[in-house]
Amino acid sequence: MDVIIEAFPDILQAFWLNIRLALYSGVLALVLGTLLAAFRVSPVPLLRLIGTVWVNTIRNTPLTLVITFMLFGLSYQLGVTFSDTISENVFWLAVVGLGVYTAAFVCEVLRAGINTVDVGQSEAARSLGFTFTQNLRLVILPQAFRAVIAPLGSTFIALIKNTTIAVVIGVTTAEGINESSGLMRTLIEFNGDQTILIFAVFALGFVIITLPIGLLTSWAAKRLGGVR
Amino acid sequence: MELRGVQKWYGDLHVLQDIDLSVAQGEVVVVIGPSGSGKSTLCRTINRLEPVDEGTILIDGAPLPQEGKALARHRADVGMVFQSFNLFAHKTILDNVTLGPIKVRKMAKADAEKRAHELLDRVGVGHQAAKYPAQLSGGQQQRVAIARSLAMDPKVMLFDEPTSALDPEMIKEVLDVMVDLAERGMTMIVVTHEMGFARTAANRVVFMADGRIVESADPESFFTNPQSDRARDFLGKILKH
Repeated sequence: MDVIIEAFPDILQAFWLNIRLALYSGVLALVLGTLLAAFRVSPVPLLRLIGTVWVNTIRNTPLTLVITFMLFGLSYQLGVTFSDTISENVFWLAVVGLGVYTAAFVCEVLRAGINTVDVGQSEAARSLGFTFTQNLRLVILPQAFRAVIAPLGSTFIALIKNTTIAVVIGVTTAEGINESSGLMRTLIEFNGDQTILIFAVFALGFVIITLPIGLLTSWAAKRLGGVR
Repeated sequence: MELRGVQKWYGDLHVLQDIDLSVAQGEVVVVIGPSGSGKSTLCRTINRLEPVDEGTILIDGAPLPQEGKALARHRADVGMVFQSFNLFAHKTILDNVTLGPIKVRKMAKADAEKRAHELLDRVGVGHQAAKYPAQLSGGQQQRVAIARSLAMDPKVMLFDEPTSALDPEMIKEVLDVMVDLAERGMTMIVVTHEMGFARTAANRVVFMADGRIVESADPESFFTNPQSDRARDFLGKILKH
């Protein structure tokens, strides 16, 4: 137990790093995913093609590859940097990678939500003279979002756990503390006799973060999804 | 408003065949006919919810735009009332009526709400403004849908079987609103099975069967002396109970 108590401030910092990764990339994924969903249902064939190619390429690529590409491809090869500080740069590269990856899933969840909205809603909007964008923004998406709150919650939970993949490009805090799975590995390396305890603590940490999201989204889905 | 040589196919099925129809300003045209005769499709082509394969549709002498902003502007001038009401489920009754004027006509919110309250009062659901569509009866929802269309100050109103999804006792309240509208001089195209409405409110009855306009006459002569066998057969089936 001493090992946990001793490392506790670091563990908190490590988890906080995962949460920050999830928050930034979650916002990015939501924005990009909504845009992609709009592309995929758009009347413009080129936009539909972009949406389809994006989703099918990214969704079928392992996240480890996407994240590794962010550092070695995007940053080293193509020269995209977000900051001169290494830890900052790697952090934002991970955010972009996670965001781009999760956006594909958000897009598909939303598209399923759009399909649950009765076609009459869209016809009524069109008959009032709404443009495609107005129709989507004012009528379709607000109803689609309500229909998919629970599955979006699952996507976000998956994202929080996926932030541990950021370890492959060495995401750390400014003080050099790894994100939680990286920190866990270090702790195990130095305390091999307490492996199971360390595992349990980190697993519990993730449950503490993700469980409320599942509960909250289920509750919100019941509250908001029922307006029909 | 005029349709010239309109043709439409669903695959092999020729749903609209050589449709020629013109509707004068202030005229109320009721379209009747058996199911599958193409009357709803005809109604929906006029604001291009269904594109046509051939022929032209003219509104005020100008052809119906194909797509984009011009089509949206055209649709704003053509009111449409659906069989299944299609009120925006996530918006209150008031918001349903103000959304179009605010977003499409760029009307100020206060003005749009004032007008919406007037229209809701006129169709008899003024006290329901803060509720959501699902909290209203079918008849009330359909009257709100009519108010929503009227809020756009349309040049023409299309009604696609507006009472077919309603309980019998609610049909009258919707028809009353429509009769009132007709008496105020609104140009209306009404697809319906309500023969009573056709008799009292229509200037002209158009009878469709198998994708064609078979007969077009004033209601009195159509109901008392139909010219075609198809219309006689149809009226015989629906009027004898």
